[in-house]
Amino acid sequence: MMAAYVEIDQVSKRFGDFVAVDNVSLQVDRGEIFCLLGASGCGKTTLLRLLAGFENPSSGRLLIDGQDLAAIPPYQRPVNMMFQSYALFPHMTVERNVAFGLEQERLGRDEIHRRVAEILEIVRMGAYLARKPHQLSGGQRQRVALARALIKRPKLLLLDEPLGALDRKLREHTQFELINIQQQLGVTFVVVTHDQEEAMTLATRIGVMNHGKIVQIGAPRQIYEFPATRFVADFIGSVNLFDGRLIEDEPDYVRVRCEQLPASVLVDHGISAPPDAPLWVAVRPEKINLSRQAPPDPDNWAKGVIREIAYLGDLSVFLVRLESGREVRATLANNTRKPEEQFSRDMPVYLSWDASSPVIGST
Amino acid sequence: MIERLRNSLGRKAVVSVPMIWLLLFFVVPFLIVLKLSFSEALLAMPPYAPLLTWTHERVLAIQLHLANYHFLFTDALYLDSFLYSLKVAAVSTLLCLLLGYPMALGITRAAPERRNLLLMLVILPFWTSFLLRVYAWIGLLKDDGLINTLLMSLHLISEPITMVNTSFAVYVAIVYSYLPFMILPLYSNLEKHDRSLLEAAADLGAPPWKVFLRVTWPLSIPGVVAGALLVFIPAVGEYVIPSLLGSANQIMIGRVLSDEFFENRDWPVASAVAILILIVLLGPIILFQRYRSRELEAAS
Repeated sequence: MMAAYVEIDQVSKRFGDFVAVDNVSLQVDRGEIFCLLGASGCGKTTLLRLLAGFENPSSGRLLIDGQDLAAIPPYQRPVNMMFQSYALFPHMTVERNVAFGLEQERLGRDEIHRRVAEILEIVRMGAYLARKPHQLSGGQRQRVALARALIKRPKLLLLDEPLGALDRKLREHTQFELINIQQQLGVTFVVVTHDQEEAMTLATRIGVMNHGKIVQIGAPRQIYEFPATRFVADFIGSVNLFDGRLIEDEPDYVRVRCEQLPASVLVDHGISAPPDAPLWVAVRPEKINLSRQAPPDPDNWAKGVIREIAYLGDLSVFLVRLESGREVRATLANNTRKPEEQFSRDMPVYLSWDASSPVIGST
Repeated sequence: MIERLRNSLGRKAVVSVPMIWLLLFFVVPFLIVLKLSFSEALLAMPPYAPLLTWTHERVLAIQLHLANYHFLFTDALYLDSFLYSLKVAAVSTLLCLLLGYPMALGITRAAPERRNLLLMLVILPFWTSFLLRVYAWIGLLKDDGLINTLLMSLHLISEPITMVNTSFAVYVAIVYSYLPFMILPLYSNLEKHDRSLLEAAADLGAPPWKVFLRVTWPLSIPGVVAGALLVFIPAVGEYVIPSLLGSANQIMIGRVLSDEFFENRDWPVASAVAILILIVLLGPIILFQRYRSRELEAAS
């Protein structure tokens, strides 16, 4: 087996009694965009700073391209970082900022000039060479920071909340641009973000972190559709979680009884658990159908009253209170201007879902 | 309408307090000194001739004596002491910077809970009278003082080193007294630096000394300028330290000024000296203001 390009091997980082990174192991392949996703304080930024060399691991090893980073100070690592605050040097022009990395390598003036022009062209900032950072907009600063971090052609680029400071419109646009640039230059990215949408769009793989640990690694679709733990199911996207007990365990389906649901939940993908084992069942809001007629199947349905409707343009969010008192969230895409079936507040409705939709796991 | 009028009146009233203060205690005395510098010394009470006189044709005549200024350039004493003062101030400023910069940087890099303690220690000497502290230096530096006694008891020297009444003593005392004025503005500048800039520079391949040279130092220039001027400007006119610790052969301009006033009773020449000091120091003061406004601008 070929060794991974970036290898994080049983790395821990403690600050006093606080364990910021707890025995994390993961591999990143060459040319990948790997996202570390988690709430603030989950240790994702510390992991990034360990890779950059601003912190030293309390235990474990970090390798890039087979080279152990332990003895290498930050200024000699083949790693560059794009800071959350961008950290552009306020006393230098865009050109000097971007050239800074190359100047440390004692390259010729012409070579530096050429490469600065080249990278600024890629991030479409070629016209702003002489500006100071405070004369730029947030989006422009972000591009300069990206150019500055990329110009040394690092083996690994670390991005700390790269789009966090941009407004929504600009962010969507920049996400795709970032992917383009990454593919164009073939640099391996490790991105830290708390924004799951950002992680979903950018990442080839996502590592979900919680309390210093990696709880799941997988492609965006895998993380979303097949969350490995209750935490991941709850953290990624919105979800309706129910506690239940296993009542039937057959090779091609399982049946779960949830106290808050009137009917049993039938799931067509397996879980192996002892009978009567406590389980959690998660159903994504967009996978729930709303109807005014009772669904034909005996399983996978619930009955309730619409409490709230939030119209978001592209979709509508419904909060439905079940007879058990539990509130369930369901979303419907507004794919026609006048939906044939109109729902309004306080209307009794049936909720139903496909047997392939729920995710289950043992608590 | 009335509201707005009242507002603008209120604003004017607030601004007028410092304005009146400056007018009464700076502009008026300055004009008096300026006037004095153009008059002629007399053995009289007050010891100078009036500038404005009524001639018998009922014409108001003004007599400006430029002789006082001319005199300052003819007698080498004035020019020498002036240049000596500038030299002492410049060297002291440099020494304060060399000592104060690492201290200020050290305080900003200290643990947050220790920073206030360290700053307190910098300010602590101000709690003792300035004069007392200068006298204390005499006690330390004199031939049978603490330092000489210690060195002799350790047999490092066989006879005392003369330190009092030398330029050395003046430098020591000025650097000691003015060091906080260097450290405090430097600290307030360095403390505001974004740590991530240092990390970014290191990340881009700059070893620590280069991070200092390319990032920390250039960003701290406004603090350096502020500190340097806060030391340099008062040091040029320093009177107490050279009088108590300095040599009799090398006199600083502050001493010359006071001697002219109180010993020679030549108020016009003393005033001319004062005006000249002001003119020379005006340059650095303007520089200071420009840097400060630039820093304010950058901060906004």
